[in-house]
Amino acid sequence: MNRPIRPGLPGTAHAPGALGDVPPGQPPAPGGPYVVELREVTKVYGGGVRALRGVDLVMERGELVAITGPSGSGKSTLLHLIGTLDRPTTGTVRIAGHDVAGLADPELSALRARHLGFVFQQFHLAPGLSALDNVADGLLYTGTPLRARRERAAAALERVGLGHRLGHRPSGLSGGEQQRVAVARAVAGDPPLLLADEPTGNLDSAAGAEVLGVLRGLHAAGTTIAVITHDPEIAEWCPRQVRVRDGRVVGDSGTGAGRRTPGPIPKAAPTLRREHLDAR
Amino acid sequence: MPGERLTPARLAPIDVLRTGVAALRTRPARVVLSALGIAIGIATMIAVLGVSSSSREQLLRQLDRLGTNLLTVTPGQTVFGEEAALPAEALGMVRRIGPVRTASATGSVDTTIRRTDRIPEAVTGGIAVQAATADLLATLEGRVVRGAWLNAATEGRPAVVLGAKAAERLGITRTGVQVWMGERWFTVVGVLGPMPLAPEIERSALVGFPAAQKYLGFDGHPTTIYERSAEEAVEAVRAVLPRTVNPQNPEEVTVSRPSDALEARMAAASAFTGLLLGLGAVALLVGGVGVANTMVISVLERRGEIGLRRSLGATRGQVRLQFLAESLLLSALGGVVGAALGGLAAAGYSLSRGWPPVVPAWAFAGAVGATLVVGTLAGLYPAMRAARLSPTVALAAT
Ligand SMILES: Nc1ncnc2c1ncn2[C@@H]1O[C@H](COP(=O)(O)OP(=O)(O)OP(=O)(O)O)[C@@H](O)[C@H]1O
Ligand SMILES: [Mg+2]
Repeated sequence: MNRPIRPGLPGTAHAPGALGDVPPGQPPAPGGPYVVELREVTKVYGGGVRALRGVDLVMERGELVAITGPSGSGKSTLLHLIGTLDRPTTGTVRIAGHDVAGLADPELSALRARHLGFVFQQFHLAPGLSALDNVADGLLYTGTPLRARRERAAAALERVGLGHRLGHRPSGLSGGEQQRVAVARAVAGDPPLLLADEPTGNLDSAAGAEVLGVLRGLHAAGTTIAVITHDPEIAEWCPRQVRVRDGRVVGDSGTGAGRRTPGPIPKAAPTLRREHLDAR
Repeated sequence: MPGERLTPARLAPIDVLRTGVAALRTRPARVVLSALGIAIGIATMIAVLGVSSSSREQLLRQLDRLGTNLLTVTPGQTVFGEEAALPAEALGMVRRIGPVRTASATGSVDTTIRRTDRIPEAVTGGIAVQAATADLLATLEGRVVRGAWLNAATEGRPAVVLGAKAAERLGITRTGVQVWMGERWFTVVGVLGPMPLAPEIERSALVGFPAAQKYLGFDGHPTTIYERSAEEAVEAVRAVLPRTVNPQNPEEVTVSRPSDALEARMAAASAFTGLLLGLGAVALLVGGVGVANTMVISVLERRGEIGLRRSLGATRGQVRLQFLAESLLLSALGGVVGAALGGLAAAGYSLSRGWPPVVPAWAFAGAVGATLVVGTLAGLYPAMRAARLSPTVALAAT
């Protein structure tokens, strides 16, 4: 496996002043009690696009963090690095205490299978499989036997309020329902960290509210969540907001603030909101 | 938690299979079309092998029935290139060789056989007139299909027995008919069945030695001696025959073994089989290219799925395995269908020719092997491409 060059110690590669106006006072100790820990992370794509230009970001267990910023600012890149789907050009990414730079592909895959759940703007559901099997396939790479996968899939679908739709194919589900199936797939294995890239981007506000309701329930149950959103109201609804611009974190409402449970869901149709807040 | 060992879970073979089947079921038309190429290739090869081993089996059974212990002795050429002749007493000498069980002779008679005297002499229909000793039928283990073979009474009289082809060419289907031979009428007293070991007898009109000498001016010199011995003594007999038949000029004697001709036919057939097998292999190759093409397209179309699986924790190896499994499933499907069709075709053709239908087990084993090889080769490159795809690039594709 080709590993990227190990980055230098913090402060050697970059002057601290180049990091932008990140709130100071973050614990500097590496390998701290963080679920997510990014230190001086940069990402340069082929063609010289500098998508991230030195990001420091930590997330504690149980936080619900909104990542906002204009298009092209590097939000997805940031989330991919947190999700170990890509490696930083320089800097350190530590997920659940593991330094990503020291891990080969099989180990990274195992890390994703055990610790991470992803939700994307596109639902990525297999059209030929039932909701239950789509969710059960989320556990395919965890070594869980089929029976147990199906049982946990049923439980996860129950959790997102789709216990009555187990046998439906994606084509027979609404957009909001499909995205909730995708969320169920991401959380069927109870990953401690859930990453969502514009999960409501393809949904109308009512369907978006269904999905947010599910995220709120997961957060209340202790899952750490980072969600990218363009919607200021959704961002405001999250306990902690991280603003990204031009590959830098330009605003952060602060570590720890993300642990309080958010209030009512913005713009949600009242009927849907009630139903799905109680879903779990 | 930092002390935790990160080892990816093993993907159970049944899960690989289930995932592959699920993926193929989403695109049934494409699966059928790309498996078709493999099916045609495998069907061709199985059918060719089946037909050739059925015909070989048929020949073997025929050889078994006819025996391989028959030798024929004919005059060769003199050192001056002239047609040599067998001495008149040659038959008696052959009969005295120890292991020889039975020997008999035919002699060429310089005349023609015609339905009537009004047909010109030049029109022989390719039928030879030959004198035959009375035990010829026994030596050749031949069969009379109509009438009777020459016996002590008829071999001295103007009576003729026709070989199967000769009777057919003369249009004679019953005995008692008169035919014009030399300068007089002969009566057809018998018609012979087929003689695979002596096709020249099938095309002959046979009269007794005494009758040939009396009515047709035959000189009494045999031109072919037929001889059967114990199976294990054939080679020894073969070695002494020339010297026995013509002690002065053994090199002027040709000895041959008619069953060798049948075996040669078998060898010729297997050369042809090789050619057809080559054609089948080409079809299989084209089928493999079809599968590879399908898989490459599949990888391009399913980048989103690949990215998703990577995000769910699939290793590069597991992605590679999945696409390889799909390719193998595709070609295995074609292989199974092709083997079934090829087997049926071979059986149908063999039965229609009256051969025992035989498809050797190794042909099916070979088909399975070829399918696996083709599936692996066809899937390797697409699977590598799928595995090498970076998860983020895969996810960016819509
Ligand atoms: N694989 C890639 N190769 C080259 N450049 C890339 C790649 N992925 C992203 N980029 C570039 O990196 C920059 C940041 O992209 P990113 O997708 O992270 O932005 P984003 O904040 O998620 O934008 P959006 O809100 O539109 O999704 C952009 O300029 C983009 O064009
Ligand atoms: Mg993005």
